[in-house]
Amino acid sequence: MAIVTMREALNQAIREEMQRDENVFLMGEEVAAYQGAYKVTKGLLEELGPKRVIDTPITELGFAGLGVGAAMVGLRPIVEFMTFNFSILATDQIINSAAKMLYMSGGQFNVPIVFRGPGGSAFQVSSQHSQALESWFAYFPGLKVVMPSTPADAKGLLKSSIRDNDPVIFIEQERMYGLKGEVSDDPDFTIPLGVADIKREGKDATIVARSLMVPVALKAADALEKQGLSCEVIDPRTIRPLDINTIVESVKKTNRVVIAEESHPFCGVAAEIASEIMERAFDYLDAPVKRVSGADVPMPYAKNLEDAAIPNVEQIVAAVKEVAYIE
Amino acid sequence: MAKSTQDIRKRTPEPARAGAEDASATGLLDQESPEEVDSRLDPAQAVKAAQKRRFAELDRSTLKGIYRQMLLVRRFEEKSAEAYSAGKIGGFCHLYIGQEAVAIGAISAIRKDDYVLTSYREHAHAIAKGISPEAVMAELYGKAGGCSHGKGGSMHMFDKEVNFLGGHAIVGGQIPLATGVAFATKYKQTDQVTLCFFGEAAVNQGAFHESLNMAQLWKLPCIYICENNQYGMGTSLERAMSLQDISQKACAYEIASEFVDGMDVLAVREATLRAVGRARKNYLPTLLEVRTYRFMGHSMSDPGNYRTRAEIERHQERDPLKLFSASLKEEGVISESELKQVDTEVRAEVEQAVRFAEESPQPAPEELFTNVYANPIPENE
Repeated sequence: MAIVTMREALNQAIREEMQRDENVFLMGEEVAAYQGAYKVTKGLLEELGPKRVIDTPITELGFAGLGVGAAMVGLRPIVEFMTFNFSILATDQIINSAAKMLYMSGGQFNVPIVFRGPGGSAFQVSSQHSQALESWFAYFPGLKVVMPSTPADAKGLLKSSIRDNDPVIFIEQERMYGLKGEVSDDPDFTIPLGVADIKREGKDATIVARSLMVPVALKAADALEKQGLSCEVIDPRTIRPLDINTIVESVKKTNRVVIAEESHPFCGVAAEIASEIMERAFDYLDAPVKRVSGADVPMPYAKNLEDAAIPNVEQIVAAVKEVAYIE
Repeated sequence: MAKSTQDIRKRTPEPARAGAEDASATGLLDQESPEEVDSRLDPAQAVKAAQKRRFAELDRSTLKGIYRQMLLVRRFEEKSAEAYSAGKIGGFCHLYIGQEAVAIGAISAIRKDDYVLTSYREHAHAIAKGISPEAVMAELYGKAGGCSHGKGGSMHMFDKEVNFLGGHAIVGGQIPLATGVAFATKYKQTDQVTLCFFGEAAVNQGAFHESLNMAQLWKLPCIYICENNQYGMGTSLERAMSLQDISQKACAYEIASEFVDGMDVLAVREATLRAVGRARKNYLPTLLEVRTYRFMGHSMSDPGNYRTRAEIERHQERDPLKLFSASLKEEGVISESELKQVDTEVRAEVEQAVRFAEESPQPAPEELFTNVYANPIPENE
């Protein structure tokens, strides 16, 4: 065990899996010579060579499709999007090719590929560079969607994603690359996909949070503890397939739930989780499910407006009090 | 010989054909279309003469085999049209009649372990690569015995056993995929090549340009075969492409390219063989612009009101099957009675494919939920 940053944990995961399996290769914009736009791929070119660590032109549709084709015949590409905003150009290949290939070929061609990079808001990069796209990708059967919130989860889940035989959308958070935490250095350390993690146990209310909202929710839980409310914080970690059982079991215990997310509320993942809870645990609810989502606007540039667009500790505290009927 | 990019740079693009603007403005064409058979293409007599010269390099069984394949896919498509009209085949159905020389000629030039990817007009490519007509017809019927077990249909045929990787229905979508397959073969240092077929309309997609750039940048053994049938659905090449000399577009990426007469099956085969040589030996890509023509509509539901009967008939004078069978007959490679015999055989083969498709069961209802994930994670219930 060592204390490392999220960035280093991701780097370790890629390095270990590339050392483990010759068929794993990494491609994307600035991943090699530049060492990664966010330095996640630092040192990999030197260690693993230009055959396996490949700088691409700025051609997202092209290299995403190239990765899918390579995966169809036995390679295991890791395709980095410098940010997931640029994956929008590649969605034809992600959705029409990667997600559907196994099904429309009648089970003959699976696509073991990881599309990874930062998503969500960064620091004042405005509308086109601050988007949480997980609900887009989670909509499609055939894709798996993973969003880690700690360095350990990042490493364990990325290793599992690279070993997985399906296309995985692995969304990191730019604001979290410097986040530190304890991470195993055992090369066999992995975390299975599709398993939620209870980040904090509690009995009075459940907060479901993912990615950037997990540390925010934990701070909210600390604040609420001081006010006499014990909150359970659940991180689904994998958005699709969603470990709804863990969430429902928690709701059955606490009878109140708040879902916090960075993304827009409309047709978002929180809406889906709320619907699942309603279908599976309606009789256990003592209050309506409450969402705390990002503002339903394109991300503004001005610092004060950006701050106002992203859910914060106070909003989550207020939401929990609301479902607990506390003034 | 192969035309290098240097050759192509010297070539002056043809001026836009007179009258093209008029065609773009009309709906139903009731007068002769301004479209001429391309000036770079030889008339039927000259094609036959060229074919006969090539006979010396090929043994009779190869020549007969190529003819048989062409006739098989022609008869297969005629039967597909019949079955579609009878309501046996659903969805979209894009027929290949008129273009047979392209798929058959090109695929005759590669090995069994080479890869093929193509668009949604793919029945012929699937059969040429080695999927049985039974499995292709059963796929059209949406049956469990289909090559994609009834989950893909006309536009998504696959067979891992023969390295046929689809069947892709977003225009140009297969081009990056094929580039990736070629990337993988080079990564694994095999000497397999990848053929990537697409229509000329796909050339206007970014996927084409992005792929060719990467293929030459990284020297990938992919052969891009543009089947220029001169219409993207109902929109003519003239109305859709500013520079219509497609082979010339290879210059932008320094890729070797050739313009090929797509009504001459042996010309397609030879051009593909040259490209295969470059790909297998030196991991180099090639762009082939193969000029062809589809005699049928874009799909079975095409009213065909964007071109004239006269235009179609002009191209039918260069019907690839008729040209090749005449060459074979005139040179004594095959007799009239043998031609009839081949026709009888392939008709029987197509009938057998229909019988197989008719008798094949529907996919089991539980198949709805299989093949979504290779590593499924159990639903939380």
